[in-house]
Amino acid sequence: MSLEITNVNKSFGRFPALNDVSLLAEDGEFLALLGPSGSGKTTLLRIIAGLEIADGGAVRFGDEDLLAKPVRQRGIGFVFQHYALFKHMTSAQNIAFGMQSKARKLRPSKAEIKAKVAELLALVQLDDLGERYPAQLSGGQRQRVALARALAIEPKILLLDEPFGALDAKVRRGLRRWLRELHERTGLTTIFVTHDQEEALELADRVAVLKDGKVEQIGTPEELYHEPASAFVFDFLGDSFQFPCVVRDGKAVIAGVDVTILGAATPADGPSTAYARPDAFVVGPADGPGFGARIRDVLLAGPDARIDCVLDDDGAIEVRVPHAVAQKLAPRNRISLIPREVRVWAET
Amino acid sequence: MTAVVRPRRFVEPSALPGFGPALGFTMVYLSFFLLLPLAALVLRPWEHGFGHVWSVITERRTLDALKLSFGAAFLAACLNAVFGTIVAWVLVRYDFPGKRLLDAFVDLPFALPTAVAGIALATIYAPTGMIGALLDPYHIQIAYTPLGVMVALVFVGFPFVVRAIQPVLEDLHVEVEEAAATLGASRLRTIALVVFPAILPALLTGFSLSMARAVGEYGSVIFIAGNIQNVSEIAPLLIIMHLEEFDYAGAAAIGLVMLLISAVTLFALNGVQALVARRGLR
Repeated sequence: MSLEITNVNKSFGRFPALNDVSLLAEDGEFLALLGPSGSGKTTLLRIIAGLEIADGGAVRFGDEDLLAKPVRQRGIGFVFQHYALFKHMTSAQNIAFGMQSKARKLRPSKAEIKAKVAELLALVQLDDLGERYPAQLSGGQRQRVALARALAIEPKILLLDEPFGALDAKVRRGLRRWLRELHERTGLTTIFVTHDQEEALELADRVAVLKDGKVEQIGTPEELYHEPASAFVFDFLGDSFQFPCVVRDGKAVIAGVDVTILGAATPADGPSTAYARPDAFVVGPADGPGFGARIRDVLLAGPDARIDCVLDDDGAIEVRVPHAVAQKLAPRNRISLIPREVRVWAET
Repeated sequence: MTAVVRPRRFVEPSALPGFGPALGFTMVYLSFFLLLPLAALVLRPWEHGFGHVWSVITERRTLDALKLSFGAAFLAACLNAVFGTIVAWVLVRYDFPGKRLLDAFVDLPFALPTAVAGIALATIYAPTGMIGALLDPYHIQIAYTPLGVMVALVFVGFPFVVRAIQPVLEDLHVEVEEAAATLGASRLRTIALVVFPAILPALLTGFSLSMARAVGEYGSVIFIAGNIQNVSEIAPLLIIMHLEEFDYAGAAAIGLVMLLISAVTLFALNGVQALVARRGLR
């Protein structure tokens, strides 16, 4: 069964948080809601869970109208950014809480609950830590307990609100891979919110990019990366630089040079703005075509060398080039820079 | 090879200077204002011998007064625990116009001279007063009865519970309750199993403070209590009466009994609180 969100609206006072949002999460899909803070992604997640009440619109799971039900009857697992564990309960008690909260008729027996708790602790790889209190666990362990707790109610949908937001980079990466594996094993329809584009692109089957309470683009990570629908999406998915340009015969003319425009659609002729990634630049000699620039610093650590330079017509830019190119450069050198390829969108 | 023998230290050295003077000051302060007066109280009653002390504290009137003082203080603290928690909850969890003003009102029993509070309470709870007149037709009398004593004690102890619980509730994120709701817990279950255990240590602190304050309360009680012997006469008043008769030993004897009961109660409550607070911190 798929989760269908249609024309959901929500405003807080006079601030519109969601503006006619429609989305579809397929059965078993891993969907990411990506956007900057204030884009409405968390609000949307909380509306699905029932923690926030929509002003209008519908959320359906199969034939079921989710908005008509109170939070506790929706059967949706929710994982909070700051874990929201019950501090006075052990990991095992935290995990058992949902099962014990079921109506007497539906409640599993004590032995069943115990078995299920052990099974879930094993699933989140915390077999030996069932008797620990949250205060005795690391951040990553706490989040896994929170996940096990949400899974214990055998939810129809799993919602994760910036689940790795409070963890350090290395733990994040480990948990990310692990969460992906877990999803493949459970096959649960999962929606997770993040502002980290790397996380969204790596984890999700599809990513919905939100901006100002609207879905800007939805697609697979490949689609998003190779066919960004707007300058906002392009900019949000990675570093980008922008230059004024003139579009002529399908090429962008930047500083007197014709530059290839990427993307399926050809923009109309006329003045526009070109967007380029930092690794799509050609570095040439000082009298070469393009912008004149002076190198401020050459950083040789990392997979690509980074060259930090100041453009003659004001503005700093850090481009990424192969190490072979960078080795010939030194601070205070003068170079020329021109994007190899750019993207242009119709100005709005 | 000689082992390095480290001298045993009284305290581990700390990066924060000033432990010596600070502890010294604390000890002097505690001695002069707390320990010495209490020692004096322990020594005071015996000048006319043990027999006198015993006769004073086993007197019917003394026993009734002690029972009233501690009983009413306990009941008042219980009431405050319930309603103080609700007030703290409202002040922390909801936003409404006038919230800041209401919050300031909570401290009023601290700020008001107790005698003023006593007169005010006596005025409205007397059979002719605003509330007293409403209850009079049902033959419920508050002023000049043990009930009146309790009303005054509720009044003076109330801020303690609110102020003890407020910061803990503020610390308890709404997310935790939301988590319980997504897990299928009813509101009642969430409050009983998630919220209540979290505020229990603070609630016990508020309860002990509220009760401790109520046991010794004098000013606000005597106006509303009516001070009828064996009925609405509190122990602190009895102490004053002994003093007025120049029976210092008798006054100190009642004081000593109060001190002992209070100390035992406080230790017991502290013990329970330590047990409760230890969960989740091990």
